[in-house]
Amino acid sequence: MGESIALLALVAVLAWAMIRPRGWPEAVVAVPAAVILIAAGAIGGSGAITEARQLGPVIGFLAAILVLAHLCDDDGLFQACGAWMARTGTSPRTATGARRLLAQVFVIASVTTAVLSLDATVVLLTPVVFATASRLEVRAKPQVYACTHLANSASLLLPVSNLTNLLAFAASGLAFPRFAALMALPWLAVIGTEYAVFTRFFAADLSVRPRPDPDRREKDTSLPVFTLAVLALTLAGFAGASAAGVNPAWAALAGAAVLAVRALARHRVAPVALIRAADLPFLLFVLGLGIVVKAVVSNGLGTAIAPLLPAGTSLPALLATAALAAALANVCNNLPAVLVLLPLAAPSGAGAVLAVLLGVNIGPNLSYTGSLATLLWRRILRQHGSAPDLGEFTRLGLLTVPAGLLVAVLALWVSLHGVGG
Amino acid sequence: MAGSESQGRSVVVWVCEGTWRASVDAGLSVSPAGARFTLLHVTPAEVADAAHGAYLGLFGRGRGAGRDPGARLDNLAAASAGDLLARAADRLGRDCEKLEIHGHAERAVVAASAQADLLVMARDGDRSRLGPKSLGKAARFVVDHAACPVLLVWPEPAPDIGTIPPSPISDPS
Repeated sequence: MGESIALLALVAVLAWAMIRPRGWPEAVVAVPAAVILIAAGAIGGSGAITEARQLGPVIGFLAAILVLAHLCDDDGLFQACGAWMARTGTSPRTATGARRLLAQVFVIASVTTAVLSLDATVVLLTPVVFATASRLEVRAKPQVYACTHLANSASLLLPVSNLTNLLAFAASGLAFPRFAALMALPWLAVIGTEYAVFTRFFAADLSVRPRPDPDRREKDTSLPVFTLAVLALTLAGFAGASAAGVNPAWAALAGAAVLAVRALARHRVAPVALIRAADLPFLLFVLGLGIVVKAVVSNGLGTAIAPLLPAGTSLPALLATAALAAALANVCNNLPAVLVLLPLAAPSGAGAVLAVLLGVNIGPNLSYTGSLATLLWRRILRQHGSAPDLGEFTRLGLLTVPAGLLVAVLALWVSLHGVGG
Repeated sequence: MAGSESQGRSVVVWVCEGTWRASVDAGLSVSPAGARFTLLHVTPAEVADAAHGAYLGLFGRGRGAGRDPGARLDNLAAASAGDLLARAADRLGRDCEKLEIHGHAERAVVAASAQADLLVMARDGDRSRLGPKSLGKAARFVVDHAACPVLLVWPEPAPDIGTIPPSPISDPS
């Protein structure tokens, strides 16, 4: 009984989140679904409270990062990145070429994703990269595809890079610097793999030399030094807080607070915009989804999936774990996938949890929307009367995802033996 | 667009980022005074689609007007295409029709040039290793399927014939 109600609730929550009738927030179904499951006894009140207690700090951390990214954008950080790429991409002293721009996009998108999360890369950086490519008269496709791919695959490095990481970070019990140390090698390995595939896959587009209009002067965009300094201090704060035994979310909150006070004092941002940037409906959605998934897992799905998940952190076990996580992420979406898999992987240790992360973060590049269910729905809907051309995007995913997963798991295995799990 | 002697030849110039100057110049140099020019630019639909897809992948954050990067890319692309066509028209310096299409580049170009007397386009693809595959996918498709004569030009000065590797078949003399 509890099992079927919980499953029904999960399907309703996921379907609503994919379809988004009339653009209503996802929390509209997720929160009542959680309440119904608690009322129906599918999850005990204490179980729900435990889950909420675990998710609370994660959600607060996420809110701080979302606000931080928004304020960085307001202060012109991404515009400055675009101006830098446009300037150095056309400097007469440097080798010019679309390849050079692609390398710059790889660096900026990887760092942006790692530090300010994948949301920042998708929503804030991608339009800037496109505008820069247009300005340089470079084909935009490889550059934009790089942003969409790296938003997923370069979100391995830090707990703040992806909501999936924040959830795994809480479950793994790793300290912030240790998480980063273990994931640094997989992060670099995946980015390297993506770059190698991209330069071959897009060789034709990348052979067009940038030809900016000589009459058009680049706007003098100064680097937002204060914001960069606050970001650097926030990163140092993550490590420092972990060492002091304090939740690193406080460092993110402090960084966001400093930038917010400055922006408010200069009347550059309205308080309402800050609240909107924190995305309260999204935070409520994560909380509701977490409780619903917890109910589903404890009502039978956990025991159904557990045999599929290998125990231990041997290389084959890590590979199988990452592959399963990637598959599950592609079926629905990586957020429910990570919520389902984390409690099952956690007993095998941090290595297994990180292998789940490799799967759910790299895997979504296989499908256009990171999830087959969303994709199918969009195909049925056929917005604007034309379905997107999926062939090229899928071919690129087939070239990067399996290879990326393989090198990332190998790198993680090496890290676990070098740094120690 | 059918060309008749009284109206002059109709010439379609495919305007692409980075290579349009060579196409415009070539179109001018081969066309008689009365030629009717169409400058054609195609914005590939899949670029904005990919950004839109990535946004859909951000599960649970899918609302808020103006946040979808796909829509922002569409706007930026339209502005950029308009700007490019305006500059191409300036360089051409003749009356011309400007055609802006959103879709699959190679198919759109073949369709738009079907009734023309000449299509002028620049080589794309990796020109550092010339050979059967040195034309990019889009140019290859158009060369194969265009219903009108195609003038294919180098975006930069063409390489000297001395750069052709020696024939593998030895000269019998």
